[in-house]
Amino acid sequence: MSEQTLQLPKHQPVWNHQRTAWSILIFAISIALFKGVLPAGFVRLPDGLVIPFADGINAAFAFLRDDLGLIHVTRAFADMVEWLLNVTGNLLYGKNRWPRIGPIPWTVIASIGFVVGYALQGWRLSLLTGGTFVWIAVMGQWKWAMETLSVIVVAAPFSILFGLVMGVLAWKSRRVEAVMNPVLNIAQSLPHFAYMIPVVVFIGVGPKAGAIVTIIFSVPPMIRMSLLGLRKVPEEVIESGHMCGATRWQLLRHVRIPTARTEILVGVNQVIMQCLAMVVLASFIGMPGLGQKLLQLLQSLKIGRSAEIGITIVLLAVVLDRCTKAWATKQPAHFEKGTPYVVRNKFLLIGVVSAVLFLALAQVFPILDQIGRRQAFTISKPIDAIADWIIVLIDPITQWLRWFLITWVLIPIRDGVLWLPYISVLALLAALGWAIGGLRSAAICLAFFGLIALSGWWDRAMITVYTVMVSVVIAACIGFPLGIWGSFTPRRSSAALLICDTLQTFPSFIYLIPVVMLFGVNDVAVVGAVVLFAAVPLVRYTIEGLRQVPETLIEAADMSGATQMQTLWHVRLPMALPTIMVGVNQSTMFSLFMVIIAAFIGTQDLGQEMQRALSSTDVGKGLVLGLAVAFMGLMVDHLTTTWAHRKKQALGLI
Amino acid sequence: MSASSPVISCRNVWKLFGANSKSYLKTLSGNPSFEEIRAAGHIAAVRDVSLDIAQGEMLVIMGLSGSGKSTFVRCLSRLIDITGGEVRVEGQNIGQMSEKELINLRRNKMGMVFQSFGLLPHRTVLDNIAFPLEMRGQDKHACRARALEVIELVGLSGREDYFPRELSGGQQQRVGIARSLAIEPDIWFLDEPFSALDPLIRREMQDEFLRLQAILGKTIVFITHDFDEALRLADRIAIMKDGVVEQCDTPAQIVLNPATEYVAKFTAEIEKSRVVQAQVLAKPITEASAEGRPIDGSQTIHSLARMLVNDTRDFLPVAAQGGVVSGILNRQDALDVLLGADT
Ligand SMILES: Nc1ncnc2c1ncn2[C@@H]1O[C@H](COP(=O)(O)OP(=O)(O)O)[C@@H](O)[C@H]1O
Ligand SMILES: [Mg+2]
Repeated sequence: MSEQTLQLPKHQPVWNHQRTAWSILIFAISIALFKGVLPAGFVRLPDGLVIPFADGINAAFAFLRDDLGLIHVTRAFADMVEWLLNVTGNLLYGKNRWPRIGPIPWTVIASIGFVVGYALQGWRLSLLTGGTFVWIAVMGQWKWAMETLSVIVVAAPFSILFGLVMGVLAWKSRRVEAVMNPVLNIAQSLPHFAYMIPVVVFIGVGPKAGAIVTIIFSVPPMIRMSLLGLRKVPEEVIESGHMCGATRWQLLRHVRIPTARTEILVGVNQVIMQCLAMVVLASFIGMPGLGQKLLQLLQSLKIGRSAEIGITIVLLAVVLDRCTKAWATKQPAHFEKGTPYVVRNKFLLIGVVSAVLFLALAQVFPILDQIGRRQAFTISKPIDAIADWIIVLIDPITQWLRWFLITWVLIPIRDGVLWLPYISVLALLAALGWAIGGLRSAAICLAFFGLIALSGWWDRAMITVYTVMVSVVIAACIGFPLGIWGSFTPRRSSAALLICDTLQTFPSFIYLIPVVMLFGVNDVAVVGAVVLFAAVPLVRYTIEGLRQVPETLIEAADMSGATQMQTLWHVRLPMALPTIMVGVNQSTMFSLFMVIIAAFIGTQDLGQEMQRALSSTDVGKGLVLGLAVAFMGLMVDHLTTTWAHRKKQALGLI
Repeated sequence: MSASSPVISCRNVWKLFGANSKSYLKTLSGNPSFEEIRAAGHIAAVRDVSLDIAQGEMLVIMGLSGSGKSTFVRCLSRLIDITGGEVRVEGQNIGQMSEKELINLRRNKMGMVFQSFGLLPHRTVLDNIAFPLEMRGQDKHACRARALEVIELVGLSGREDYFPRELSGGQQQRVGIARSLAIEPDIWFLDEPFSALDPLIRREMQDEFLRLQAILGKTIVFITHDFDEALRLADRIAIMKDGVVEQCDTPAQIVLNPATEYVAKFTAEIEKSRVVQAQVLAKPITEASAEGRPIDGSQTIHSLARMLVNDTRDFLPVAAQGGVVSGILNRQDALDVLLGADT
């Protein structure tokens, strides 16, 4: 038997912190029990202690904007972006601006889609890419989709460029990296809306603001991936560059960046997916396009029509994801000697020829140029019919579920969470932190939630916490069994992973469509959307964790005569737990984002306040709320990663 | 500069890895052991190495993995800045060169081949080989022409347009060799160039390498951890252990007179007769006299074995190149080497 079989997981976590953790827990409970006799200051933070962070931030922003004249810089940048948006707008959907030659006929774009898909990966991707454009045109959504794409086309290159430059800076200087890292951590856990408010302050509303918020939102993953890629370039490749007499710049330009190609392109993929997610949400700040349509239709409960738009957004997400991933993984290949120019550049030529062909045809047959609303198909009627049918069919269940959830789960837990004195909650978190990572973790938990208490948004924050908690627990109840079931055979797990990966590319907004359809606009719908969104990473990482368990361990268990269930409980699950924890972490992050997004269908948490801050363009309030959400996420992130790290150490995995 | 002065000359070269190792090195005196230095939080990769490499010589550096071979060769090209001592290349102290001078030195004088090839994955064979020429700013046409020449030289014609990942390991290393030769360097560093290859291919590549060296006659520093490879190629071998050069001498001297116990253990398995040539054992003519047909001094004892056993003379004349008798071989000495002396 190999070495590995000797390391069967034992239940041996000797947290020597446990005693402290228990005492803090007892303290927390006693505070809660004696709530009645304690002074009010123990139950809620006295108003006098609330720190007006928002005023400070507002003052800082006013200073930046007016006194430092940053507004001129941002205006100038915004004007440039707007000019570019006008160009792409004209080309893609015929906006009446320079160069006034658009719109490009839909058949031209669709045919280029076919060719690009084929060149990147073959027939399937070709059909998917081209087919998506055909679907968009035929369903009469061309203009909206092009409004959305025209922003991505402008925003993504800016993000990629900024991200690459900042990645290089962080790579060159440890000091820049040390500053950049925590900023990126916070930036990646700030909810979407927190980005919008400052942009509205500096730029206003509309497509230009939408584009800029998209650029800012999608930079962080590019920075991280560039940094990672540059770090991963093999030492010998760099040394060979030195020995070839490359200067520093030549080394960066010709050796490091090209060798980091794959990671950089994965960054490009993430940028584009983030762009799509943001551009859809930017409808809240007046960005026209698919997102705005979807928002309007959802608000007026037009399920069929919103489902059509939803399908388009999903298709676009999948196409963009697959195409960029195919590009990232595509390895260079040579042509045989003497291959003629036409063959070497066949895709370019086919693309040009078909574009010209359809351009000409479009002049003759207007239907190939544009499909008007009247000629467009719609499947909203059948979707509505099916939806109605389903709703009527399962109405008793949804009614019951809604009643059960609201009266027996949501309201009691909510009341309970709100009833708890804040000191109790802080002590509880400290106890949890101590149990997991000792003093350091306890201090981190206290700091994050202490700041939330000090911000004066405690009650709202608790509502967010409770929604996320309930949702993650429900998601876990669905996700774990699904994941375990999915992990049993390799075929099943690869299919399940494919589905999860695809679902993860969808912009979060999409998840609202089915729940609004089933539950209407209320608390349950919010929880439903969050559960849907949060279950995906849980399933994914459960499968991944279970599949990663080394074969030798499982064989050893089989040889010891364990049944499949015993193997699962005593070998597979314990070994997979650290990976599953990554899923829990991601699931919580996703839940936080989703709760905030779902605010517009009616919640009373931080999200609702954030919407208010957005409509009154209150930067200070918006950022404080956003940071409160980010802190919750960062705390969970800290706890789960610390826990997983210790667990891995205990299991001898690292 | 005279013809006999060394191309590369190292004096007391030290390389320590660790924080503030320069100031730590100043505090050292005497001959601290590897462990003592490690206890102080530094890793001694190269310790007090002094050696000269002559024009056209092939120096093979040998040692177990972790003995500091790679680090040492990187000190010679200043891919790594040394902690103490000095390295002179053609008389110039490379530690004091500016970045620009260093780049120029590498662009015109040095080539290096790496164990895992170090090829640029996004460039074709041709573009990889033309890379050092491009860095010098040569025009595209000249780069291409020269690259094609070297491709021909290493036997990769017809594969110019392949990408590294489309080639076998041996072919990739041919690209690495071709790239290092493109600028016609005077000094050629090879860091375990064939270690990543299968034994059969390794043999083939060694032959290829000897063929190239016969044509080009460069000054070479060759690293290997394979003694057979070292014996096949070397003019001189330097054996390293824990960063120290234990012995630097010709292969025959190393097997006949190991300087330290470590070297003796290292060479114990080697069949000496395959390494030692007749002329190495020969004494000057003045010490004894011999008659009869002379033997060829450049032959190894092993290849003379049959003759040595059958011959009845006690002393044999040894002829150098051209047939002039240059020494006298005691047959008993030769038989001792062949059969192992009684101890
Ligand atoms: N960048 C580095 N930092 C710290 N230690 C190093 C570094 N590079 C090499 N070493 C150490 O220096 C010693 C010599 O390494 P190396 O020159 O690679 O040996 P070899 O090539 O003979 O296998 C080893 O102990 C290695 O761990
Ligand atoms: Mg080495």
